[in-house]
Parts: sequence; C-alpha cells; structure tokens
Amino acid sequence: MSFTSIDHPWWPFVFILLAGWLPTDIWRFMGVWLAGHISEESPFLVFARTLATALVAAVIAKLVLYPEGVLAASPIGLRIAAMVLGFAVYLKAGRKVYRGVIAGEALLVGGLWWMGQV
Amino acid sequence: MTEDMHDRAEAWRWFWRGVAQVATIPSLILMFAFVGFAGLCRDAGFTLAETVFMAGTIWALPANVVLVGAVLSKASIVTAALSVALSSIRLLPMAVAILPEMRTPKTRKLTLYLLSHFVAITAWVMALERFRVIPKTCRTAFFGGMGGTFLVVNLVLVAVTFEIADRLPPLLAAALIFITPLYFLFSLWGSARERESHFAMGIGLALTPVFHWLAPEMDILLTGITGGILAYGAGWLARRGRT
Repeated sequence: MSFTSIDHPWWPFVFILLAGWLPTDIWRFMGVWLAGHISEESPFLVFARTLATALVAAVIAKLVLYPEGVLAASPIGLRIAAMVLGFAVYLKAGRKVYRGVIAGEALLVGGLWWMGQV
Repeated sequence: MTEDMHDRAEAWRWFWRGVAQVATIPSLILMFAFVGFAGLCRDAGFTLAETVFMAGTIWALPANVVLVGAVLSKASIVTAALSVALSSIRLLPMAVAILPEMRTPKTRKLTLYLLSHFVAITAWVMALERFRVIPKTCRTAFFGGMGGTFLVVNLVLVAVTFEIADRLPPLLAAALIFITPLYFLFSLWGSARERESHFAMGIGLALTPVFHWLAPEMDILLTGITGGILAYGAGWLARRGRT
C-alpha cells in the first residue's frame, strides 16, 4: 500500500496520518509520559538533554555536509569554513546569534558569488 | 481569589509574549525553511491541501522531508512510517528534557500532551533559552503561545507560497537554506544547561560523517545515541576529576 495505491480522495490524508503524524507524535507523547515518571534531580534528565543535543547536532552536521537542493552544488569546504567562521564570531562577539549568522552567511554568499558557482 | 486572578493575568501576559516570538530572527528562519518545504512538496507532486496537512500534523521538518522522500520512492505505508519514526526519535529526549522545566504540580496532563506537539527544534531551543527569565507557572502559557503561533503562521505561509516557492534565485535560495544550520548551531550552544551538552554538540558534529559513511539511512540516530552516551560519560569523568 503506497501513497497512490488507493484511489480515494481521503487516502493521501490517511496515509499522511499513519505514516507521518503517528510515528512522529508518538515520540512526543512518550516523552511527556516518561518525563512524568522521573524526578527533576534524576541524572537521566541530564542524559536526555545530552542525547537530544547530540541528535540535533547530527541534524546540523547533515545539513552542512550532505545538503539537498541548491546547496548541494556548493563546495563542501566553503560550507564548513562558513560554519567555523560563524561560530568563532558568535563566541567572540558577545554570543549574539545574529552576528554569527551574518558572518557565516557573508562568507558563504561571498564565496559562491566570487566563484560564480550558483 | 485576587491572587488567582493575578496569576491568570500574569499567565496571559506570558502567553502573548510567546505569540510575539513569531517576530524574531529564529522564527523568520523557520519561515524560510517552510517556504523551501512548500517548493519541495510542489515539485514532488503533492497538492496544496496535502502539503499543509502534512506540515501541520507532523510539525517537524526533517520528518516531513523524510515522508516526501518515501512517497517519491513509492514506499509502502509501513516503510514510510518506519523511516519517519526513525527521524523523529529525537523528539522523545527533547520532550523529556523540556517537560520538567514547564510543568508545575497544577499543570493538567492533557495540557502537556497537547503542548508536546509543538516540540520541534526551533521552539525547543528558543524555549530552553528563554525559560530562565519566565516564572515557572507561566512557562506552559508562553510555550503554547509561541508554538501555536509558529504552527498557524507557517501553515498559512506554506499555503500562500506554494505556487511561487521554487522561483527564488539560486544564490538567495542557498543563503536562506544555510541560515538553518548556522542558527541551530549557535542557539543550541547558547541553550546548553551543563557542559555535557557542549560535549554532545562537539562529539555529535564529529561523528556524523563517520556514521553517514557506515550507515547513511540511520546516521542521525546512531550519531545521536553514540554521541549522547560518550558526552554523558565525558561529563561524568570531568565531574569526578574535579572532586
């Protein structure tokens, strides 16, 4: 049974609910349930934060190292350099997110423009 | 009685401050990401109604993108569901991490289950950053105001930009997409509660290419679990070394 296998106007929506909403919200609901059963001083809570942070870090790394769409055509070295520069500026310039974003973007866009890449 | 009314007024104030978060840089970045998603769905042959429905019910961009990919590859409903489940596992520790920060003994269970739908990277990072200055009894109001507004605004945006989303000039499109990892990196660093989280970021970033090479389908999950365990262990060792 695929997205197009049942020719009924409601099928795509049922498919989205079963293959999209359910396997996503089930984790959120389990998280709420689990959080209700552990104390706020539990070391497990620190571990949950560590786990969540490492997972989001992996999402970030994938966006930079293996992007899809227009970014895929840009050189990987330029993308990494833009992240590193942005992070350095963020750390050194008062931990303001927007300053890091502007620095990283400036290097990426400048680099792409200079190379005539995109 | 008057104290109760005061509490309620305070909660409403924080609710509206949550709503106002829609006018911040991170929220703007999320909007750009959703414009990009609208274009992706249109290219993939989804209708406007399906795209909006998908964005609203799943409300996590990585899972959305995975589902679109599964549909394009004509995957069965079971395969599609499993792929989405894998990409969404991170929402479990994210929910576990944020829940104790906004729950009070008076908070209803149902409220927390409904609010958990808004747990997604942008709102999660923003909440962890801002909760410090918000009274604990008002945090659910703030999170609900912020999450609900993000959802509604982005669904409207997806609907409005569905037809024009993929006509941006490539340089602008590349710049818009690149804001997401930059913003996530810095705000995640800033929202860390303890040094373990900084370890987790560094280890997670470094391990991703390794696991992408070993198991491209499961790279995020494997990186997250391995990185989480290593970072927690490193933090434990560092603490032990100090005392």
